[in-house]
Amino acid sequence: MNKLSQPAILLLEDGHIFYGQAFGKIGTTSGELCFNTGMTGYQEVFTDPSYTGQVLIMNNVHVGNYGVKDIDVESNSVKIRGLIARNLEEQFSRIQANGSLQDYLVANNLVAIEGIDTRALVAHIRTSGAMNCIISSEILDEDKLKAELAKCSSMDGLELASTVSTNEVYELGDVNSSIKIAVLDFGIKKNILNCLVERGAHVRVHPAKTSLNELKEFNPNGYFISNGPGDPSAMPYAVATIKEILKENRPLFGICLGHQLLALANDIPTFKMHHGHRGLNHPVKNIITGRCEITTQNHGFGVDPEAVRKHTNVEITHLNLNDNSIEGIRLIDKPAFSVQYHPEATPGPHDSRYLFDDFITMMHQN
Amino acid sequence: MPKDNSIKSVLIVGSGPIIIGQACEFDYSGSQAARSLREEGIKVYLINSNPATIMTDPMMADKVYLLPLNVESIEQILQENQIDAVLPTMGGQTALNLCKEADEMGIWEKYNCRMIGVDVAAINTAEDRDLFRQLMVKIGIQVAPSHVANSFLEGKEYAQQIGFPLVIRSSFTLGGSGGGFVHDKSELDEALKRGLEASPIHEVLVEKAVLGWKEFELELLRDQNDNVVIICTVENLDPMGVHTGDSITVAPAMTLSDTAFQDMRNKAILMMRSLGNFSGGCNVQFALNPETEELIAVEINPRVSRSSALASKATGYPIAKIAAKLAIGYSLDELKNQITQTTSAYFEPALDYVIVKVPRWNFDKFKGANDTLGLQMKSVGEVMAIGRSFTEAIQKACQSLENNAVGLGYYGKSLMKSEEILEYIKVPKWDRIFRIKDALMQGVTVKTIAQATGIDRWFLYQIQKICTIEKELGKCFLETLPDELMKEAKRNGFGDEQIAKILSGDCTEDEVYEKRKAAGITRVYKMVDTCAAEFEAKTPYFYSTFEG
Repeated sequence: MNKLSQPAILLLEDGHIFYGQAFGKIGTTSGELCFNTGMTGYQEVFTDPSYTGQVLIMNNVHVGNYGVKDIDVESNSVKIRGLIARNLEEQFSRIQANGSLQDYLVANNLVAIEGIDTRALVAHIRTSGAMNCIISSEILDEDKLKAELAKCSSMDGLELASTVSTNEVYELGDVNSSIKIAVLDFGIKKNILNCLVERGAHVRVHPAKTSLNELKEFNPNGYFISNGPGDPSAMPYAVATIKEILKENRPLFGICLGHQLLALANDIPTFKMHHGHRGLNHPVKNIITGRCEITTQNHGFGVDPEAVRKHTNVEITHLNLNDNSIEGIRLIDKPAFSVQYHPEATPGPHDSRYLFDDFITMMHQN
Repeated sequence: MPKDNSIKSVLIVGSGPIIIGQACEFDYSGSQAARSLREEGIKVYLINSNPATIMTDPMMADKVYLLPLNVESIEQILQENQIDAVLPTMGGQTALNLCKEADEMGIWEKYNCRMIGVDVAAINTAEDRDLFRQLMVKIGIQVAPSHVANSFLEGKEYAQQIGFPLVIRSSFTLGGSGGGFVHDKSELDEALKRGLEASPIHEVLVEKAVLGWKEFELELLRDQNDNVVIICTVENLDPMGVHTGDSITVAPAMTLSDTAFQDMRNKAILMMRSLGNFSGGCNVQFALNPETEELIAVEINPRVSRSSALASKATGYPIAKIAAKLAIGYSLDELKNQITQTTSAYFEPALDYVIVKVPRWNFDKFKGANDTLGLQMKSVGEVMAIGRSFTEAIQKACQSLENNAVGLGYYGKSLMKSEEILEYIKVPKWDRIFRIKDALMQGVTVKTIAQATGIDRWFLYQIQKICTIEKELGKCFLETLPDELMKEAKRNGFGDEQIAKILSGDCTEDEVYEKRKAAGITRVYKMVDTCAAEFEAKTPYFYSTFEG
């Protein structure tokens, strides 16, 4: 049994209240509720910068079973704002693990709650849409919690990417490589960079607000626009930079937020989804090749499908087989493409890693 | 690729009598397939020698043949009817073997009947241990060192080369019959003889045993466009050495990191794609070294299997039904998820509950039978339980076994001392899970039990949680039992009868029920919907649990 058996409360913006037990750090936290249906890879999810500001519900009922391992991370710290689960496990069995989830969450200052009827909660989000919530294991007074929750800002219109972007420029990979990629970091996952470096690229990672001129100092063969948290429409600085980059006529690849920004740079609007796509089982069809891929997804915003279809210079490359949403686009007159899902897929299936090969090939041909 | 409209009639081959190792799961798959094909306007013919099945009900197929499962019967059916295709993947190894035999005799060709879903080369590669090994080596997937032997002397020679412990596997048999472990030289002769005799082609595989590694099974679907999805990952609680049919199994996998799981997923897909012409359901088994997390491919079955019936019920994804549609040419992205009816059939189910399967043995009916579990399946049935935690699911399963068990938490008091139990649980037997619980109740540590049994510690910690609750309950009388503890017990799968037996003093199941009802501790019902509540479900099924 878990050592802590301290009560904790989860209060939703619409007044719904759930009672459970404390896990992780004793304290209070708030953010936007979202759920992830993945059954493996909790540590990678918790450290994914795209989850910044989100309180995460894990649909899978046992979390923590295989502990934590230093290298199974997507960034250097836990990025989710809070964690909600049915059963969080302190005891783990993986021989290669470095420690327990409980110790890890405490060390990362993360407040979590377990013993929650997560299925009822997910069904509620599915019908009522994403909303803010607060978890506390120290304030058990509901009125006080309500007052605290009111202070939490809405995700709509929130710019978060620059808060998780790197402050310093850094480089990875073989310095003698003929493939040089300038990366715009809006909260990049470590394994995206690994996927580029593994394919022989030399990458230089830049802070979110880097100008094209500074990016060009690296003399890159291509540009990569990263994933990240928050509302893309609140990032005019990034849209402006991408518009500049496109004029260079160099290969450009965008993932998730990067995909939304490429759309915005082509005057295709984005919108906040009802409750987003988060999990490791989202079906996508590559409509160019006809092949299907099971993809990892994590997004609460999407690109406007009507605007994409009307656009004369943008072509749809990938579609979601569940709801027909836009999963991939490319420009007709430029070597630029992007996907809404996560081809690096950590955690998740490796079906879509061919996109990194495509990007490298594009740079060789350019 | 859309449906192949040249197929207007299909013969489904059943699995024959219900025997140990091959039970009603193939009735389930055959019935699903028949229904699935008929809704496509295809005329379905069915052959099965077993009339005590649902699939042979007159309404299931257009024409049912209750005939012996042999080539003569097949030829008779083909003479009497114009049949475009035969679907051999629904009737287990029996159907595959029969269709292969008919193919070798040129029967299918003679009557212009195509084999759909699988071809003979794929059957051969999956079943012939040597071909399987060669394929694995070719595609770079590790297998246990092994040699195929066609004679007693050959077998002995290889056994000396590979060293003990060994596994003897008999080729083209079902339920692992004819197979067995050989721990040392004294057991070799008998095991070799038995294996060779059991094989219809007098062939065995002499293989290095990876005893103690963790065992996993993946259920996959593949279509003609080479799209592959993993429907379910099943973890065996019992490590390698116990037949999957005799293992307690859990879904989804509980102890796999994403790194280890994706390695397994990639390898399963590679194996399936390397198997040649094949569209439908497939099962791949792996052994995982818990220290290094390296994988060894154990086997691949290019057909709907016992595990796929379990995986279908565990996930809500109707594997046989979809597999039948894939066999007639559909691709996965053209089909809908049968439960949501709005989302795609090309996806991987997400579970927000735990499935535990516990086999049921009947050794009391087989006096003198060796009750040690091994490569040859001995269970006569199984129960599957669903819970919102592993503890709840395993207790529910134990309550459903129809033996004297009242959950895992109460099986009478063991008379054995800790040291005796520890010796006893080293050998897998039908009651091992109960004796493990006894040992934990007596204070034996998880580490010690893990060493003795090779069972992953996580499962043992969970059973220890059940023990902790049982001990707390034992300190209380019904009157003094706090609601919080009652709730904790119910959430961890304790039945009312079980609680009544554990509590101090005399009380009945009904009294426990009344008390918890008064405290508002009542059942809620949750759905098995393939998608962990992400989408609305149109035709789900339900299980009960305790929340809040």
